[in-house]
Amino acid sequence: MPARAARAARTAPNVVGGLAGWVWLAVIILPIYYIVVTSLRPTDDYYAENTLSWPSRPTLDAYGAVLANDFPRYFGNSVVVTAVSVVAILAVSLMAAYVVVRSRRRSASRLFQVFLLGIAIPIQATIVPVYYLIIQLGLYDTLWALILPSIAFAIPLSVLILTNFLRDVPGELFESMKVDGAGEWRTLWSLALPLTRPAVVTVGVYNALQVWNGFLFPLVLTQSAETRVLPLSLWAFQGEFSLDVPAVLAAVVLSVLPILAAYVIGRRQLVSGLTAGFGR
Amino acid sequence: MTVAPPAPAQGPSLWMAAPALALFGLFAVVPLGGVLVLSFMSWDGLGDPVWAGADNWGRTLTDPVTLNAMRLTVIVTVVSWLFQAPVSLLLGVFMAGRQRYRAVLSVLYFLPLLFSAAAVAIAFRALLDPNFGLGPALGVPLLAQDWIGNPDLALWVVLFVIGWCFVPFHSLLYQGGVRQIPASLYEAALLDGAGRVQQFFHITLPQLKYTIITSSTLMIVGSLTYFDLIFVLTGGGPGNATRILPLDMYLTGFRSYDMGRASVIAVILVVVGLGVSLALNRLSGANRMESQMEGV
Repeated sequence: MPARAARAARTAPNVVGGLAGWVWLAVIILPIYYIVVTSLRPTDDYYAENTLSWPSRPTLDAYGAVLANDFPRYFGNSVVVTAVSVVAILAVSLMAAYVVVRSRRRSASRLFQVFLLGIAIPIQATIVPVYYLIIQLGLYDTLWALILPSIAFAIPLSVLILTNFLRDVPGELFESMKVDGAGEWRTLWSLALPLTRPAVVTVGVYNALQVWNGFLFPLVLTQSAETRVLPLSLWAFQGEFSLDVPAVLAAVVLSVLPILAAYVIGRRQLVSGLTAGFGR
Repeated sequence: MTVAPPAPAQGPSLWMAAPALALFGLFAVVPLGGVLVLSFMSWDGLGDPVWAGADNWGRTLTDPVTLNAMRLTVIVTVVSWLFQAPVSLLLGVFMAGRQRYRAVLSVLYFLPLLFSAAAVAIAFRALLDPNFGLGPALGVPLLAQDWIGNPDLALWVVLFVIGWCFVPFHSLLYQGGVRQIPASLYEAALLDGAGRVQQFFHITLPQLKYTIITSSTLMIVGSLTYFDLIFVLTGGGPGNATRILPLDMYLTGFRSYDMGRASVIAVILVVVGLGVSLALNRLSGANRMESQMEGV
C-alpha cells in the first residue's frame, strides 16, 4: 500500500525505464505474434509470403492437422498428470504443514528442516537415480512415473509456503475447535483448509504450471506415444513435421491455450503463484 | 525417547506428515544419496550397476567435453546474470508505476512465463531460421544469420532466449520489491532536492538489496539447471558449442549410456548449486524466505 504514495513522490518521468519498457514489449510480442500468424498461414504460403505479414489466406488447417495427430490424447495425458499431481501435492503438503505448525514435538521442527533442505535440490541432478528407481518399481513408461516424482519435488516449497501461511492463523481458533471436541482431521478440513485457501490456490497454480510444462521427467521416464504429455509431444511434432512449420506452431499455441485461459481468469493467483515459487 | 501415551497437548500425530515425508524421501532424498553412490558405479542404464571405484571421477574430470561444459556453464551463468539482472531491475521499477498503460504492459510482459521451455525453443528455432525467419521478413541481412547452426552465435542465441523466458519472472520480483519501499524515503529525498537518478542510486537500489540477492541467487542457481530450453533449441550443438553441464549430464547418461559419469556431473551440480545458495543466503541473512513472501 505504501507504493502508491511512493510513486506520487516522484517528479521527473522515468525516461530510461520507459524506453526499456517499450523495447522489451517489442522483444516479447514479436515472437508471440510470429507464432500466431504462422500457425494461421497455409503451409504452402509459409515459404512464399513474408513471415511477419498477416496471412493472405488465413486458415485453421494447421490446427486441424495437429488435432488429427493424437494431440487430444497427449492433451489428456497432461491433464491427468497435472490434476492428480496437484491434488496430491496440496493434500500431503497441507497435512505436513499442519503438523509442522501445530505439533509441539521437537521432531516436527526437524521435519520442517528436512523439507527446507529439499528446496535447494535441483531436480535435474537426481534424474539418473530417479530413472533407476522408476525402473525398479516397474513404473517406467506409465503416467505414475511422471506423477510420483513431480509430487515429491513439489513438496518442499509447497510445505514452506503453506507453513508460513498457517502460522499466521491465531492459535485460539485451533483451541476453540478442540474445546468443541473436533479431532485433528476435522480441524484440518474445516478450519485450516478454508483459512489457508489463498495460499492453497497459489501453491496449486504454481505447481500446475510446473507440472504442465515439465519436460525432463517425461523425456527420461516415458517412451511410448501412449504416455506422451504435451511438452514432449511438441518436441516430437517438431521432428515429425519439420517442414510443416505452421503445424508445429499451431501445436505450440494449443499447448499454451489452457494456461492462457487460466491466466485470463485468474491472473492475480497465477502471478502470485509464480513469484511465491521463486525458491526454485 | 520413551514410549509415552499420545498426550493431547502435543498436537496432531506425526503420521499426518507421513505421506509427504514418504514421497519426498523416496523420490528426492533417496535419489540424492543414490546419485553419489552411482557416481562410483558403472551402469549402462539397462543391466545392473557394477562397482567401479573412482574410475568415473577420474575420467569425467579429465574429459575435454565435460571440462568445456564447465567453462560454458560459467560463461552462461555470468553473462545471463549480466544481461538479466539490469534489464529485470529496470523493468521492475518501470512496472511498479501505477499508470494504467504500465499495468497493461505488465500483463503482456508476463506472457513468456506461460509457455513451456519446449514451446519457446521450438518457436525460436523457426523464428531464427536464416531463410524464412525474422531476418528475411524484416529485410535486415544482419538478422538473416544461421543463428543456431553457427557455433560462434549459438551460445548468444541461447543466452538471449534464456533471458526472454526468465526476465519476466525476475522483473515481477523487482516490481514487488519496489512497491514495498516506503514513500517517506522519496518524499524526504525530494525535499532535499535529490533528482531522479540520485533517488534511484541512493534509495531504490539500496532498498532493493534483498530482492537483488534473492533474484541473483535464483538466476545463478537457475543457470545450473537450464536443460529443456537448450536441449530443444540446440541440443547442445552445433558441435558442443552450447553443451552446458546439465545437458552434458543428460547426454552422457541417456545418449552415451554412461550413467556413472552422468552421476559424477550430477554430484558436481548439486554441490555447486548448494554452495552458491548457501553463500548468497549468508549474504542476505537468515529467514529471507519469510519476509520475501510478504511482498508477493
